[in-house]
Amino acid sequence: MEAKRVLELDGITKDYSGNVVLKDVSLSVKPGEIYALVGENGAGKSTLMNILFGMSVIRETGGFEGSVKVDGEEVHFQSPADAMAAGIGMVHQEFMLIPGFTIAENIKVGREDTLPNLASRVVGKSLETLNRGKMNADARRALDTIGMDIAEYARVAGLPVGYMQFVEIAREIDKENIKLLVFDEPTAVLTESEADQLLAVMKTIAAKGIAVIFITHRLSEVMEVADRMTVLRDGEVVTEKPIADTDVVEIAQLMVGRRIEKLVDDKEENFAPGEDAEIAVKIRDLYVNMPGETVRGVDLDIRKGEIFGIGGLAGQGKVGIPNGMMGMFPAQGEVEVFGEPLQFAKLGDALSKGVAFVSEDRRGVGLLLTDSIAHNIIFNTMTVRRQFLNAGLMNAKAVREHAAEMIQLLDIRCVGGGQRVGSLSGGNQQKVCLAAALTLKPRLLVVSEPTRGIDIGAKKLIMEYLSQLRDEEGLTIIMISSELAELRSICDRIAIVTEGQVSRILAPDAPDVEFGLAMSELGDREVS
Amino acid sequence: MERITRAAKDFGLARSIILGFFLLLLVLSGVYGMSVPRMLTDVFIRWGMHGILVLAMVPSIQSGIGPNFGVSIGIIGGLLGALISIELRAAGAFLGLGSGDREVGQAADAVATNGAAYGDYLADYYEIVGGGFFNYVGQLPGADVVVQIIVAMIIGLFFAAIFGILYGMLLNRVKGSEMMISTYVGFSVVAFFNIMWLVLPFRAGTSIWPIAGAGLRVQISLVDDFSRVFNHLWAVSIGGLIIPTGLLLVFFLFCVIIWLFMRSRSGMMMSAAGANPSFAKAAGINVNRMRILGTTISTMLGAVGIIIYAQSFGFLQMYSAPLFMGFTTVAAILIGGASINRAWIFNVLLGAFLFQGILVTGPAVANQLVPEGNLSEIARIIISNGIILYALTKAKEVAR
Repeated sequence: MEAKRVLELDGITKDYSGNVVLKDVSLSVKPGEIYALVGENGAGKSTLMNILFGMSVIRETGGFEGSVKVDGEEVHFQSPADAMAAGIGMVHQEFMLIPGFTIAENIKVGREDTLPNLASRVVGKSLETLNRGKMNADARRALDTIGMDIAEYARVAGLPVGYMQFVEIAREIDKENIKLLVFDEPTAVLTESEADQLLAVMKTIAAKGIAVIFITHRLSEVMEVADRMTVLRDGEVVTEKPIADTDVVEIAQLMVGRRIEKLVDDKEENFAPGEDAEIAVKIRDLYVNMPGETVRGVDLDIRKGEIFGIGGLAGQGKVGIPNGMMGMFPAQGEVEVFGEPLQFAKLGDALSKGVAFVSEDRRGVGLLLTDSIAHNIIFNTMTVRRQFLNAGLMNAKAVREHAAEMIQLLDIRCVGGGQRVGSLSGGNQQKVCLAAALTLKPRLLVVSEPTRGIDIGAKKLIMEYLSQLRDEEGLTIIMISSELAELRSICDRIAIVTEGQVSRILAPDAPDVEFGLAMSELGDREVS
Repeated sequence: MERITRAAKDFGLARSIILGFFLLLLVLSGVYGMSVPRMLTDVFIRWGMHGILVLAMVPSIQSGIGPNFGVSIGIIGGLLGALISIELRAAGAFLGLGSGDREVGQAADAVATNGAAYGDYLADYYEIVGGGFFNYVGQLPGADVVVQIIVAMIIGLFFAAIFGILYGMLLNRVKGSEMMISTYVGFSVVAFFNIMWLVLPFRAGTSIWPIAGAGLRVQISLVDDFSRVFNHLWAVSIGGLIIPTGLLLVFFLFCVIIWLFMRSRSGMMMSAAGANPSFAKAAGINVNRMRILGTTISTMLGAVGIIIYAQSFGFLQMYSAPLFMGFTTVAAILIGGASINRAWIFNVLLGAFLFQGILVTGPAVANQLVPEGNLSEIARIIISNGIILYALTKAKEVAR
């Protein structure tokens, strides 16, 4: 006799216009169990949750294959409200709370207890008075369950971030029929002690018979609380097993895996500079206040003529490093480029010192979408180096010729240099960004997420071109990417950034498990 | 073929409808027996007359503050310039510079301005002598008035530059709601100067109330000053249609200046700051400074614009007259195809022409359709506000 299952997902397959993001994923969760869902960014965790909650984005993109069963009965949720009615709740990564309301009101919003009054007897139920006593009492009970001793009548605005997370949890467990609660990266924004408290709360909730799905990349937390786990990688279930039968090292290895995607052909000659090479970029104690990508004290030495990779999971701060250097977000610390210190506060200082930057936000920061390809390619060089000007005005002929040269060099698919950049495909837009950076003739090229959202052909071309730049011109390149496989295919050294700090610097051929551990919060703290 | 369809698409349905409406009004005015050449003459004069004010929208839109509803601030600067130049003339500053054909022009102006209320044909002050198809109807203005109007512009530009910098600094503090704020800043500045017009020590006889001996008049005649200097310059008549060559050349000259500026390093940096502030920041551009630059240039164009407008009209209109000029200029550039974050010279040329075209022909035709009473003023209000409303509903941000 099989045990009762709260949730069964069976053979879930989902593609976004041909791009398969989930392939035959099945999992089942028992009541009172903490079930961990582990995987890198883009492994398919979010898509799976969107399917579970019946989010409209899934229907709009053609639905999915497979079945979802709650308590053994097949369900077809049309909206998150349906999922909630069926007793499935979610604790969001970004808080869904109303700042001006009290904690009790937030916990009860949409499910208020009411008492009839004169007006409501005439007009209807919508004018009934709030039963504050009962609402507060219920809220108090929910808060007590999770061990929060904060007053239920305090306003949410101004609460510490950690408390808001607990208010969300209290709201979910206050629902009477709650059977399954999903925690999406709940500890990402919490301090260590808050995280410990949260894990304890999860255990309490599970002990009451509510099943918990715990999405995270912090492997130590998985080891601490979960009963079973599934590792997702590239939309496939790599493994499903009880926590008791595995360890951190194994999970890390499974999570990263070695992908058979070769972007740059092997070369006979090795251009990587040795340990005694000149230091091109010296980063000391760099702090960057970039929302969602905070950098908390990074030290790096990057050698002249190397391709230096910076990897790590999203939100850990790797993207903050170049943005801080370029002055896009407030930064503190020291960065020296070929011996010259960068002044972050001075606009365009890095540019004028020979640092070119290809932003991860192509459309938002990298390009003037309404302008022509030619204009985008020369813009920075024109403003910073005052080239392509003729008696103070744009030298249209020189611009046209240079653009034509770059279009040919990087194989930008377009009707001509006059075409609007906004009408190009992602890959070609990225090539325009690269062309603009190269036009500056930089000493240091910083490329952030150069292959995000572009097709494999363009990806291969860009990667090959970057490695060619280093080999032939000795350009120093810093490449930031979420795709580990990509970094490992061209970089000479790779720093993994976790929680705003460099957790380890690894060689590209280091074992998978080392990368996996460096990306989980452990880093070398536990391994070494 | 593809190029033609694209050109048609770029021109847009909205502009096609307005152009069609304008042509329909022209045909109707012919059907009702009105003089089409005379009406077209008026359109050309008003085109040149309003053109520079509409041009003032380009730097503000390109620099990212959106259409400059507060162009009346620049207009105030221009009025100050014109008033000071009148004081200088009254003090004898431009005497002895030579007065050209002005005697004739002045006589004609005097006749025209006596009878002509705003809304009648501006074209009436041209005298077509001789009966050929092609006639020269221009008069060379005297050096005195040319110098005077240039002095007026320089003083106006000076005040507008100061106002523009302050106004730009203000707009940097209210990013995201510039359109609303600029409208009300414009209103407030006009109201403030309504007091100033009464207390500032202007003394020229043509400017102040003759009986009170103090305070500026509501309308100040420019007959003794630079009235219609450019309108008369090199004007020609082609089969009854008068082309105000000098006026249009001045308008085009300013268009060329702005076009050149937009191709300069500063102009391109300013456009980039407006198109994508994050991009500009990454490129080391001080976005706030660029916004102040755009606002200032826009305000300065407003000052030149009102002087050109006033010389064409023959009067300086004081007090609340500049109040709603922001709306008509914004509407003109929007129906010319600009969006609230991208605008080019072509939008100015087309928009000013269509807007003034409909404003001239619309009320005239309406008067013929409903002859009872004086409908032209009501029709003008309905039509001009209708166009503004239409243009604002079409105002959208182009995709970034």
